[in-house]
Amino acid sequence: MNKYITAYYLDEEKLLKGLKQVKTKGVRVADVLSPFPVHGIDKVLGLRRSRLTRVAFAGGAIGAIVGFGFQTWVFTSAYPINFGGKPFFAAPSFIPVTFETTVLFAAFSMVIAFFVVSKLGPGNKPVIHDERVTDDRFLVIVDIPENSSKEEINEIEKALHDAGAEGINYKA
Amino acid sequence: MVSIGLIALAYGFFAGLGGERISANILLNNYYFLGMGLIGLFFVAVHAIAESGWQVSVQRIGEAMSTFIPVAGVLMLLFFAFGGLHSIYHWTHPEHMDEILLNKAPYLNVPFFYIRFFIYFIVWSLLAWYIRKSSRNLDSLNDISYFHKLRKFSAIFIVFYAISSVMSSWDWLMSIDAHWFSTLYGWYVFMSMLASGVAMIIIILYILKRNGYMTHINNEHIHDLGKYLFGFSIFWAYLWFSQYMLIWYANIPEETVYYSERMLHFKPLFIANAIVNLAFPLLLLMTRNSKRVFWSLIPVAVIVFIGHWIDLYQLIMPGAVGGEKAGIGFLEIGLTIGYVGLFFLVVFYSLTKAPLAPKNHPFYKESMDYHTNY
Repeated sequence: MNKYITAYYLDEEKLLKGLKQVKTKGVRVADVLSPFPVHGIDKVLGLRRSRLTRVAFAGGAIGAIVGFGFQTWVFTSAYPINFGGKPFFAAPSFIPVTFETTVLFAAFSMVIAFFVVSKLGPGNKPVIHDERVTDDRFLVIVDIPENSSKEEINEIEKALHDAGAEGINYKA
Repeated sequence: MVSIGLIALAYGFFAGLGGERISANILLNNYYFLGMGLIGLFFVAVHAIAESGWQVSVQRIGEAMSTFIPVAGVLMLLFFAFGGLHSIYHWTHPEHMDEILLNKAPYLNVPFFYIRFFIYFIVWSLLAWYIRKSSRNLDSLNDISYFHKLRKFSAIFIVFYAISSVMSSWDWLMSIDAHWFSTLYGWYVFMSMLASGVAMIIIILYILKRNGYMTHINNEHIHDLGKYLFGFSIFWAYLWFSQYMLIWYANIPEETVYYSERMLHFKPLFIANAIVNLAFPLLLLMTRNSKRVFWSLIPVAVIVFIGHWIDLYQLIMPGAVGGEKAGIGFLEIGLTIGYVGLFFLVVFYSLTKAPLAPKNHPFYKESMDYHTNY
């Protein structure tokens, strides 16, 4: 992803209309950055559903096993203490902690997965295409293949312009 | 189906299964289906107050379910009047009184029991009638003032129901084990009702759709009902565990006697109750798609429906009948089928009275445009 074109819109209705129009001309939109979720944009972009839920389930399952297993190990073999005559392996009293570790592991695994997938995190240089994307602009990003000619790039820019983009930038 | 129930009842009398077992079964089914009716009304009322859009499309089912409240009230009154009260509640027998029960006597006495009974049923039935009427007039007369009336009656109902649902569960269920008490009991029973009531709404919706009605319902509405079933089942399990763990941990004899009875004589059902009602909704409805299609939602709804029947069985039978005499046989199953038949008879008759799609409701269009990404 070396060369790409960004085009911004000021209105989500125009954005949706523009995206549909651009699509008919064969322009492949890589991503759209928007300050709030736009209804129906997933369908237009042809995005698949997020796979973050699977990460969460795996994280939660690991958390449940770790939480329950750790308590079992501590209270039965590592440091057994008699609490009010209860058996050492007192399963009902392990459940609250197991629940907490399940939630904790699921949440952390999702956050970590999100950072890894979107290449964020300490030490990484954030890519800001347009300052106002975080405020009120909708940004469309179109990737350009390595060996495309000047005419092809112009064609894409023209298609975006015809589709009502308010401003277009070429970045290499 | 109603006749199966009557045959089962007659069988119970002639086979000599004991008055206690028959009474407990009538109470069980009556309370279970009363809960369905109340949840139907609760469902409509809570969404009317919250001004939610999506539920307008399924509102008629909740309203129709609420027509069962007076029916259950009459049946329950007949049942209590003709001996049910004495055969189930041992606090009604003066000779069984002891110090603890005498201390509770200002609340637990027969006249006050009946006074509460009438207050609950009269207010519930009247509010159900007013809410239904407002909603139907809103549709047929297309007058927005009925929308405000609907909201007003809903608000009154929610406040009254918050208190009466808890108190009625003390009266009819917790007082079976009159010496024992739990402060969590009312919410626990209410949550059991809510989970099974939502399951019932899904089942009725499926039956209607199967027969070509309710064409305006799309996957988004089913998805939301699935979310309810999923969430309330988990919350029910949370309350079940909260009650169980505290009593288990404190280990006070006057409290643990409640669970020891259930774990000694009803062990398979006791374990099945906790596992089935949590594990099936949790694991089967976890993914998004399984909440959106009937082929995975309906089996879970039926499991939850049966599971919460078992839950109520756990609440009533050990105290009212006792481990030796209780069981699940033709009486239990037949009577439940009879009640299902009666419930469907009342509900579907009520559904024919009004158009299934409330087209003039101010939120109808919002309900049709409804769309969620997640």
